[in-house]
Amino acid sequence: MNPFDLLIAPFVDFEFMRRALGGTALLTLSACPVGIFLMLRRMSLSGDAMAHAILPGTAVGFLVSGLSLLPMSLGGIVAGMAVALASGAVSRSTIQKEDASLAAFYLISLALGVLLISLKGSSIDLMHVLFGSVLALNNEALLLIGGIAFVTIAALSVMWRGLVAECLDPLFLRSVSRAGPYVHLAFLMLVVLNLVGGFQALGTLLAVGLMVLPAAAARFWTRRLETMCALAVGFGLISNLIGLLVSYHLSVASGPAIVLTAGALYGLSLVFGRHGLFARRPTWRHRAA
Amino acid sequence: MNPLLTFQDLILGYDGHPAVHHLDGVVEAGSLTAIVGPNGSGKSTLLQGIVGMLRPLGGRILRAETLEGDIAYLPQLTEIDRSFPASVFDLVALGLWKRRGMLWHISPADREEIDLALAAVGLDGFQRRGIDTLSGGQLQRALFARVLLQDARLILLDEPFNAIDTKTVRDLFGVIRRWHGEGRAILVVLHDLDLVREFFPTTLLLARRPIAWGETREVLKAENMMKARQLNQGWDEHAPWCERSDAA
Repeated sequence: MNPFDLLIAPFVDFEFMRRALGGTALLTLSACPVGIFLMLRRMSLSGDAMAHAILPGTAVGFLVSGLSLLPMSLGGIVAGMAVALASGAVSRSTIQKEDASLAAFYLISLALGVLLISLKGSSIDLMHVLFGSVLALNNEALLLIGGIAFVTIAALSVMWRGLVAECLDPLFLRSVSRAGPYVHLAFLMLVVLNLVGGFQALGTLLAVGLMVLPAAAARFWTRRLETMCALAVGFGLISNLIGLLVSYHLSVASGPAIVLTAGALYGLSLVFGRHGLFARRPTWRHRAA
Repeated sequence: MNPLLTFQDLILGYDGHPAVHHLDGVVEAGSLTAIVGPNGSGKSTLLQGIVGMLRPLGGRILRAETLEGDIAYLPQLTEIDRSFPASVFDLVALGLWKRRGMLWHISPADREEIDLALAAVGLDGFQRRGIDTLSGGQLQRALFARVLLQDARLILLDEPFNAIDTKTVRDLFGVIRRWHGEGRAILVVLHDLDLVREFFPTTLLLARRPIAWGETREVLKAENMMKARQLNQGWDEHAPWCERSDAA
């Protein structure tokens, strides 16, 4: 098999492959920077929990109008935001910390979502919702993902400083501005939006993979925030490409192939990254000051 | 008399329990005041109330109209995430927030101002250092640079010299005196009474209730100190509701 057949031909020959590549690329552009902030705020697991929380919303959409994109996405956004707000409110007004309340809410949501889908759908529908179908992105889905990417990038560039301040020194931000809670809220909204964007392609369970894994990998290479975001996007794009090709040639599920590729990049970064496992080798020389 | 802050029968606290009990008094523009008292006597709580992060349980804080938000606050326990990928420059640049808001781009003039602030606290050349590599003293210097940049008329410092070596204390004290010379009002929570006696014209002695507020030498008299220690009794979960309503 020559390199053209291996790398290029699948995308030339099949429109669904091009759509998959384009859709995941758009998703990566917005989800990876969001993932960086998620990681830096130590909320990676919260992201995972919120991804589960989207499920009952999409399930209600599915119950109402079958496997159609808009109702399911809208349901997902509403459910995701509701869980994010509820867990935030619980942690502020009770002794329970945010992680514990998120865990409680997402377990309830996951069970509720699966139950709702099983009311009407088959196990194939359930698989579709849980693990997505990146090879079946229609125009509607591409438009939705594109819109989410645009909104996310615009919002991130507007509130970049606020987000940095809220991560770096929240107490300081509180002393000079009332923007902190709103920035946090807007950020949660972006997380939910990107998870909903990802669910069509990767499913509710794996959507968070493209958000968290490239971000975690990028952390091993740089200490500059901007570079970290760019690197995460790069890792994400590579994961999409390799994952789709692997899935095409080996006939394996595409969503998991993409996320596993991102996982492999994470593993490589963990071992070989500039701030990874081998970075702490002893140096034989030291500077004079 | 040019009051920047006026406390009127001010009560601050948590869950209904007062940490600052019936405080009256005035912070003058350009004054340099030490706040002293035993642990748990309401010093940090008072500063939080002044910044507006804590709402009074009773009484009022009147802020001069000209003061509107022009307050720099350096808390005792900062919530700075030292693992966040930010440089000293990024941290200090936050000080421009009030003047520039969320949507600003750092101009060459801003950059110059930040460099000057860093030089003033002895951190010249630290601009690109990651904040995870700073020592406790260096971090405190950087935070002073940030306060410097905030260019506020009222500066609140909560135990700024905790766990900091004498050289750094001396340098940072130079910065405080410079602020005093520029006519800014400064409130500093301190435990080192020698430092208070040496440098602060006025002192507020708190033990939840204000014990004394005035000229430092008068306030730090032995009988006042004794009273402060006695008054600062332990926490009583079921303390009766305070019946005092006058503002004496």
